[in-house]
Amino acid sequence: MEIVALQVLNSLFYAAVLFLIAAGLSLIFGVMGIVNMAHGSFYALGAYVTAWSVAKAAGVMPPGALFVFLLLGALAVAVIGVVIEPTLIRPFYKRPEEYQLLVTYGLLLSLEDVIHLIWGGTPLTASTLVDYLGLFRIGGLPYPVYNVMMIGVGVAAAIGLWAFVYRTRFGVLLRATAQDRRMASALGIDVGRIYVQAFGLGCFMAGLAGAIVVPSQAAVLGMGVEVLVISFVVVVIGGLGSLEGALVGALIVSALRTITIHFWEEFELAALYLIAAIVLLIRPTGLFGKKT
Amino acid sequence: MNAPRAPSTRLRLALVAPVLAILILVPAFASTYHTQLLTYGLTFAIAALGLNLLLGYTGLLSFGHSAYFGAGAYAVALLMRYLGVSSMELFLLGGIAFSALLAALFGIVCVRHTRIFFSILTLALSQVLWTLAYKFFWITGGTDGLRVPFSKLTLLGGLVTFPGADAFPRFINVYHSSVLAIFCVCVAVRWVIVISPLGKTLQAIRDNETRASFLGVRIWRYRWLAFVVSGMFTGLAGILWVPLNGLTTPDVLYWPQSGKFVFFAVLGGFRNFFGPVVGAVIFNYLEVYAVAATQYWQLTLGVILIVLVTFLPAGIVGSATRLVEWFKRRKGAPK
Repeated sequence: MEIVALQVLNSLFYAAVLFLIAAGLSLIFGVMGIVNMAHGSFYALGAYVTAWSVAKAAGVMPPGALFVFLLLGALAVAVIGVVIEPTLIRPFYKRPEEYQLLVTYGLLLSLEDVIHLIWGGTPLTASTLVDYLGLFRIGGLPYPVYNVMMIGVGVAAAIGLWAFVYRTRFGVLLRATAQDRRMASALGIDVGRIYVQAFGLGCFMAGLAGAIVVPSQAAVLGMGVEVLVISFVVVVIGGLGSLEGALVGALIVSALRTITIHFWEEFELAALYLIAAIVLLIRPTGLFGKKT
Repeated sequence: MNAPRAPSTRLRLALVAPVLAILILVPAFASTYHTQLLTYGLTFAIAALGLNLLLGYTGLLSFGHSAYFGAGAYAVALLMRYLGVSSMELFLLGGIAFSALLAALFGIVCVRHTRIFFSILTLALSQVLWTLAYKFFWITGGTDGLRVPFSKLTLLGGLVTFPGADAFPRFINVYHSSVLAIFCVCVAVRWVIVISPLGKTLQAIRDNETRASFLGVRIWRYRWLAFVVSGMFTGLAGILWVPLNGLTTPDVLYWPQSGKFVFFAVLGGFRNFFGPVVGAVIFNYLEVYAVAATQYWQLTLGVILIVLVTFLPAGIVGSATRLVEWFKRRKGAPK
């Protein structure tokens, strides 16, 4: 019984991370129509910035204050996104989709090595944060408090994002732009600005995902590429461009992953990809996707 | 998008003949290492021909062609290890059959979708194979992969063998001409496909799916056919690649390998018949030298890709063709 509770918590923690990444990916696709292949690299950047700054500040600041670096890591990635969108991505909105995929693929290749160039090949950790919060017991089994707290962060992010998109003026402008870019522009909305903000927000969420992961597992090279394909699976299941879909997709994928790891480890990833293929076969637009 | 005007047949022959002559003569004046490099390039060029039947002529960007390349490579390795096969002819037969079967299966799922969904679906399916090769290590050797030593290989039904370790230079020379011959056959077959009614139908589907379906074209069936043929070419490339490399690992099934194939096409120009071929050969050299020169070769490639798609979307061959046409037009224009 305790094992089940533990696995459910693990699964929820993983779902929180996946949701943040997939929601960013979906947001960018929904607004700009671009599938950002570099999205996983933004997640990796968030992890590296956080781990690096936590390590730098660990002796100087009280451990409790180190949590601010989770936010800092996410903000750093958002700033990078805000620079990249107008310079690299913007010329591609009017070009065929192949080119949009390719330019972000080029970005992915570059960012992987930029991370290598800056931080080297050795994994970075920020486990100080997990140690600081300590463990609690479920029945007889210890579990880190940190993970539970980050599940809370995931829930807060989901609610915050929902409120942001559906309850604020910016959200209205964002949805209007997503629905009809030219009409929105004709109504006087600064579409360029909306694009930068949406891209920045998407990157912020990817960075936040990386930041909350890194205290519980190390930042390693290739983590971005690995997560990218899994977040594709999430958005394919949930429906590209749908935030609800990202949430449900993240929950399904993380639950499925936890179950397969427990019972049939060899089949773990294959099961995820097969599920994505089956969903696309039955519902081409995903569970929550709109017809195009 | 308008297709660029095709250059005349005479111009084509004038370009192709000397290139072919150089390709044949390379082992005579180049070292074993360089012959091997070129042979690698030629196998990749065959894969690029396959990928571009989908990308350039059917308008479908596959991010999962590593599946068929890996299927070819693993078919050879598994046949050698478990059935003791050593004949290259049997490898070709088995490998092509296996990759065709796989492409036929995956194709049924993939061709129902277009654009980004097609790309993601091909990627996801190729990753299923990757995880299987990676996790079922008692069959596939896991990350260690499976060895395919050239010394065990026989060509022409056992007439040509390469016993002993010092047979390597001879193997490379013989293998180079074999791959070159197969490459020429592939180019010819692909050319015939492109100019045949099948090729024209595919291009019609690429340019306007709705109109093509109004003309009575069964879109899915043609796309599926293109998908299978494309997978077979790429599988053939994997079969030829594996004895050259001596080893196959799950890396050939991992999706960055598919990314490489796409890179070939973009580098050379995927709206041009020979673009991806040129792109594959150049990419191969580029990668070898970039890896040797810097450990940050991915950054080099990434920046090249971004610059290419931003400023030279027609690729090397496409841009060169345009340049030639521009000169011609200027020469022909009245003063």
